[in-house]
Amino acid sequence: MTITSPNPETLSELDRPNSYIGKVVPRPNLERLMQGRGLYVSDMELPRMGHVVFLRSPYAHARIIAIDASEARRLPGVIAVVTGDDLAAVITPWVGVLSHLKGLKSAPQHALAIERACWQGEAVAAIVANSRAVAEDAAEIVTVEYQELEAVTDMRTALDPQSPVIHASLGDNLAFERNLDAGAVNAAFADSDEVVEADFIFGRHTGATLEPRAVLADWNEAERRMTIYQGTQAPHMVQNIAALHLRLQDSQVRVVCKDVGGSFGIKVHIYADEMATYALSKLLRRPIKFVADRIESFNTDIHARDHRCKGRIGVKHDGTIMAFEIDDLTGIGPYSMYPRTSAIEANQVVNLVGGPYLTKNYRARARVVFQNKNVMCQYRAVGHPIACSVTEGLVDLAAARIGMDPVEIRRRNLIGDDAYPCASPSGLRFELLSHHAALNKLMTMMNYEGLRAEQAQLRNKKIYRGIGIASFIEVTNPSAAFYGVGGARISSQDGVAVRLDAQGSVICHTSITEQGQGSESLTAQVVGSVLGVSMERVRVILGDTDNTPYGGGTWASRGAGIGGEAALQAAKILRKNILEVAAAILQASSGELELVNDTVVNATDGSPRIELNELARIVYFRPDTLPPGIQPELMATRHFVPREYPFAFTNGVQACWLEVDPDTGFIKLLRHWVVEDCGTLINPQLVDEQIRGGVVQGLGAALFEKCIYDERGQLTNANMADYLVPMSGEMPDIDVGHVVSPTAETELGAKGAGEAGTAGAAAAVANAVNDALKPFGAIITEIPLTPEVILTALRRI
Amino acid sequence: MTGPVAIALDINGERVDAHVLPRLNLADFLREHLKLTGTHVGCEHGFCGACTVRVNGDIVRSCLILAVQLHGASVQTIEGLSDSGEIADLQAVFRDRNALQCGYCTPGMLMAAQDLLKQQPEPDRERIREHLSGNYCRCTGYQSIIDAVETTARMRAGHRA
Repeated sequence: MTITSPNPETLSELDRPNSYIGKVVPRPNLERLMQGRGLYVSDMELPRMGHVVFLRSPYAHARIIAIDASEARRLPGVIAVVTGDDLAAVITPWVGVLSHLKGLKSAPQHALAIERACWQGEAVAAIVANSRAVAEDAAEIVTVEYQELEAVTDMRTALDPQSPVIHASLGDNLAFERNLDAGAVNAAFADSDEVVEADFIFGRHTGATLEPRAVLADWNEAERRMTIYQGTQAPHMVQNIAALHLRLQDSQVRVVCKDVGGSFGIKVHIYADEMATYALSKLLRRPIKFVADRIESFNTDIHARDHRCKGRIGVKHDGTIMAFEIDDLTGIGPYSMYPRTSAIEANQVVNLVGGPYLTKNYRARARVVFQNKNVMCQYRAVGHPIACSVTEGLVDLAAARIGMDPVEIRRRNLIGDDAYPCASPSGLRFELLSHHAALNKLMTMMNYEGLRAEQAQLRNKKIYRGIGIASFIEVTNPSAAFYGVGGARISSQDGVAVRLDAQGSVICHTSITEQGQGSESLTAQVVGSVLGVSMERVRVILGDTDNTPYGGGTWASRGAGIGGEAALQAAKILRKNILEVAAAILQASSGELELVNDTVVNATDGSPRIELNELARIVYFRPDTLPPGIQPELMATRHFVPREYPFAFTNGVQACWLEVDPDTGFIKLLRHWVVEDCGTLINPQLVDEQIRGGVVQGLGAALFEKCIYDERGQLTNANMADYLVPMSGEMPDIDVGHVVSPTAETELGAKGAGEAGTAGAAAAVANAVNDALKPFGAIITEIPLTPEVILTALRRI
Repeated sequence: MTGPVAIALDINGERVDAHVLPRLNLADFLREHLKLTGTHVGCEHGFCGACTVRVNGDIVRSCLILAVQLHGASVQTIEGLSDSGEIADLQAVFRDRNALQCGYCTPGMLMAAQDLLKQQPEPDRERIREHLSGNYCRCTGYQSIIDAVETTARMRAGHRA
């Protein structure tokens, strides 16, 4: 641990007697999920519910000449066949731009395509029937006459004058460009002893949540109210957007989010087919359910990471990194996603490259272009894997050029642990990071020297193993700087309401949401600790815009840091209120009392005074016995938003140990290590499992995952047999360690941990592969590292 | 033959009589007709393992078998295995090890894990990884699941966890 509590002589809120903070306790909601008694949107049914199936464009770019649904409408069980023009009367189009991303442009997008389809998979008609099977039957007999248009598929030629412009009104295919020039880059490269360049290529991939996107929209014409059951990370955002485009007030829309079968950023956006489902419910005045099938998931869930990035690093012979320079290009599909936009990933890449290192000399250009492929947007660790792979790849190349050990060059260039607070060349403000402590811990955990010796020994036997190291920084706890300042109505604050019930149990309503990370658990742990109430007595309600405080939800690693702090502050108020009532009942002063083990006790000796159950009985049923004038308030609400720092940066370092078979090109992952620093660990087990899950998503990108498009914009592997994801057989055990540098911005001190694993995994793998292939003189800067890529680099195919 | 077909089968110890269309797969029959929604649908083409159930003692992908094929069969789903207590120890270890996050893969994962534990008393980690390699989990990275199955195996063999 790098730092301890600033006032070690006094107990903080985190180390009260019977505290759950820092303890491994099981999540409260697991039994339901393990017994098959969860409630996912795909499980839900409502009376008179219709099922919608979308007919989707088979072309990447096509004019819609005519749609003939007459035969489909006659099929028994079909309720309606609806086209873009029909639906436009109910729901207005949107444009995915934010004002703080200067120059970002996009075109109006409709719930169903009107006149033109711009990617293979864009919905052009909606078929509603009394079962999904009947709707699919009907979809097969809807005929659409298309005129295929030339498709823009290669991001490298999207800006060429001879490429068609996808949206004529925009003038060109450039959605966004950002340039940054910090320090004295030209001079720094001129002063460098060596300058190394590389082109980094990242395969487009996607989230592949196991439960596809699912929504059930229920417009009640009598109440003039819409209830949307949706697996979303941000219920209040969905409420606002649905209301805005259905021309309703927010108060006319309720969003309910039950169990969610995986999200990872996939389910934090507004998708056209989901908007169409809301609109269909309003149009048809009945509940409408949409559950994407797997092909639809691949063709319409946001993709991510389709980047080509030229990188350049200058270095002195003593290992001093003089400058970084990047030129990043990314293709985002035909529209910027709504409402978070598709410029954020490129923007993050610019922000994050070089982030762990001392050099102040940094130049970057990022260009974001339109193309006729599926939309691309924020997926877990937005921009981080790109920035980390480019940075860490360049650092390794520089080390190799000057003949320095990869760990040593990092030691000489990582920002010192005593240098905080400080800022990066791109303007990121770091409150407190721990790169060196993390690297030192990693060296011990992995036995770096021992592995190097083993590697050398095995190389003599023609066994090619490699070690890859990747330091990283991670954006967590975002303030309004992320979206709010750009005009998006996406809340950066979260709220928690805590109430003591009539039997002394506690109910919390929180605006953060649960997709398996442990939001429910962390809230119960914080509230239980502050109130001195056992976790079994704490019930947490989330995911309901009618019944929780207003807030952002769970994304960008904000649940624990922001929602957890709101829970802590709300529980403190409730504790104060409880102790005041107890003091009145016991004719004591509240300062003499404390709450421990579900009981009000004497603060001095811990002797029990009144059980919470009894206190609640008196308050709710016999208030007549309280002293005159006492009006107990056993419910408290608090909200929290970070105000000091726009983001709470965390840091960490990963290492990968793998073996490459130069004959087959296969890579076997042997072990993976992560040391990260997310501040206060509320539940170490849950943090470790976030890290491990994140690492494996990063390993998938490193080795397997790629949405393969042909030159006509056809996605050729839109199924789980051809799009490879990590399975248990190929994945290594992952050791996780921590350094703890709490943020001083909150009493809780927690930062986020959701992106860390994904941020650095691919970089560690790529560096390990290059390390393994050193005897062959091959250098690869492309992922996924398929056998084909490896064998091509080895010139064996 | 496209009209409904009569079938009778045993599901979680209860006799079920139904008329089903020949094209109806077992996953949809369980979920939509019997409301046994613990069996999840992830890919609908036999890859992800979320819909794994037990038919006549063997685990199968319920998206790849038709309901009409199951006349006279005995089917067990996660609801049945939970209510009978057959996997109570495995579920307890999954809970303690946090071997699930979103929970969507979990019923299928538990089915596959129990299948292995019945076949082989003390499988090593590699064998566990191999046996579960047809069940996709996007959340956990698998290690906690492997740990939980390994621990359960040791406990069943009479060793302390």
